[in-house]
Amino acid sequence: MGTEPAVEVRDLVVRYGTTTAVDGLDLDLHHGRVLALLGPNGAGKTTTVEVCEGFRERTSGTVRVLGADPAGAPEALRARMGVMPQGGGAYPMVRVREMLDLVAACSARPLDTGWLVRTLGLESCARLPYKRLSGGQQQRLSLACAVVGRPELVFLDEPTASLDPQGRHLVWDLVRALRADGVAVLLTTHLMQEAEALADDVVIVDHGRVVAAGSPDELTASGSEQRMRFRAAPGMDLGLLTEVLPEGHASSEGPPGHYTVEGAIDPQVLAAVTAWCARQGVLADDVRVGRRSLEDVFLDLTGRELRS
Amino acid sequence: MSTPTTPFPGGTFTPDPGIGSRARMLAVHTRTETVLALRHSEQLLLTLVIPLALLVGLTLLRGLVALPDPRVNAALGTVLALAMMSTGFTSQAIALGFDRRYGLMRRLAATAIPRWLVVTGRLGGTAAVVVIQVVVLGGVALLLGWRPDGAAVGWALLFVVLGAAAFGACGLLLGGAVRADLVLVIANVVWFVLLFVGGIVVPAAQLPGPLGAVVALLPSGALAEGLRTVLLGGTPALSQIVVLLVWTLVAGTAAARTLRWD
Repeated sequence: MGTEPAVEVRDLVVRYGTTTAVDGLDLDLHHGRVLALLGPNGAGKTTTVEVCEGFRERTSGTVRVLGADPAGAPEALRARMGVMPQGGGAYPMVRVREMLDLVAACSARPLDTGWLVRTLGLESCARLPYKRLSGGQQQRLSLACAVVGRPELVFLDEPTASLDPQGRHLVWDLVRALRADGVAVLLTTHLMQEAEALADDVVIVDHGRVVAAGSPDELTASGSEQRMRFRAAPGMDLGLLTEVLPEGHASSEGPPGHYTVEGAIDPQVLAAVTAWCARQGVLADDVRVGRRSLEDVFLDLTGRELRS
Repeated sequence: MSTPTTPFPGGTFTPDPGIGSRARMLAVHTRTETVLALRHSEQLLLTLVIPLALLVGLTLLRGLVALPDPRVNAALGTVLALAMMSTGFTSQAIALGFDRRYGLMRRLAATAIPRWLVVTGRLGGTAAVVVIQVVVLGGVALLLGWRPDGAAVGWALLFVVLGAAAFGACGLLLGGAVRADLVLVIANVVWFVLLFVGGIVVPAAQLPGPLGAVVALLPSGALAEGLRTVLLGGTPALSQIVVLLVWTLVAGTAAARTLRWD
């Protein structure tokens, strides 16, 4: 395991005509680690991944993948990485095993495709053409294609989109196994839970820029125990709340309906807030004390909610 | 930490990448293309069933179209030309159009398979279907009384290859550049039009004057006329060979420029 990162991106800019999809993005991914690019649709996640894969031209910036410039996707580099493109890809009439065997034939020492098909739960649809598979089955085939060649680096673009919870946990197990075996994994997601569950490093992107980066712990720890958040009707009277809170506490409303109380949060403060809501006939919802979720981080940084 | 039920034992994914052998890539890709071409029932209808029905019909039903004797020789020329158009052009264009729509090109681009090999594999699949067509149609023609001679068979095989190349280049041009649903419409309409007024079923000479002259310059007209001539024991016109070569060259060059990989 070398010290050189598997993927190193500096000041990446990608423009399509007048639109700037990626606007000065940096990231580092090391071997045996999982990096999640987290952000809403249109944030520039897929564009960034496609530049790293070598399938999209960059406008400017430096990109090193496994020690080489990926531009033009040279064959020697493609052989060392596994790619799961968003939405998969196959012959419409092909069967699961035939497609996987074709991709496996491109590698010198592929995994056993029969085992992979069984393990990913694709045996039940072995006779169906690709176009008749469910979205989740297509996703799992695409994932199998990405890992069958024993790559050093795997790109997974929205790997659990359209999967049911069971399928999602299978994919998570697989990503953890890749990481444990020393594979570098770069995945994109708009699911906070997924980034928190899998990633060593999270890079939060919005409008093509990095708005925050760090481990999930680093990102969620700041300001803990000194802050309480909740949701309620927008535009409530914060003056009344300040009166009932102990000295030194401050309250504020961020985006409409999202409230924050800052100061030492103890049971009395919690009770005071709930009572204040009750007096106005409002139910405080999603009350959280201390640690923020990545969802909160995103909300704080962009003033918007992260949704699909 | 790790749950005992994980289906992936440690070491399963230990990196060990490498480029597979080109010969194996080509073999597996060609096999896949061939299997898929034979699995698709609509494509089989175009490539085998309709040519077979036409071979039997043209040979046995004298009233259908005026053909020189022996009718089976001329009919075999007609259906071989149709078969090349079906496989090279219509079926190829539709398959490529839908493969692109389903993201196949992106998928293959992400493997270590070189682009020239993707094209070669496709051509290999087409060639395999052509061989099957020639064997099946030739076999049925024998049953219908066709008596082949060496020179005629040699010429006919040359025309089959030239025709498959010309139509194949046109198929790649259409399927590689246009939206899949449009490819479906265009490829079927062109097939239908060329079948009846493109010199395949009705020879160019039997079409009204100016139309006949134009048809002689189409790959359908040149191929069908050439095949009928050689199978009836004649010598083909150089112009027929030139027309097919020019279509191959022009459409092939255009396809190489316009083929989109996504």
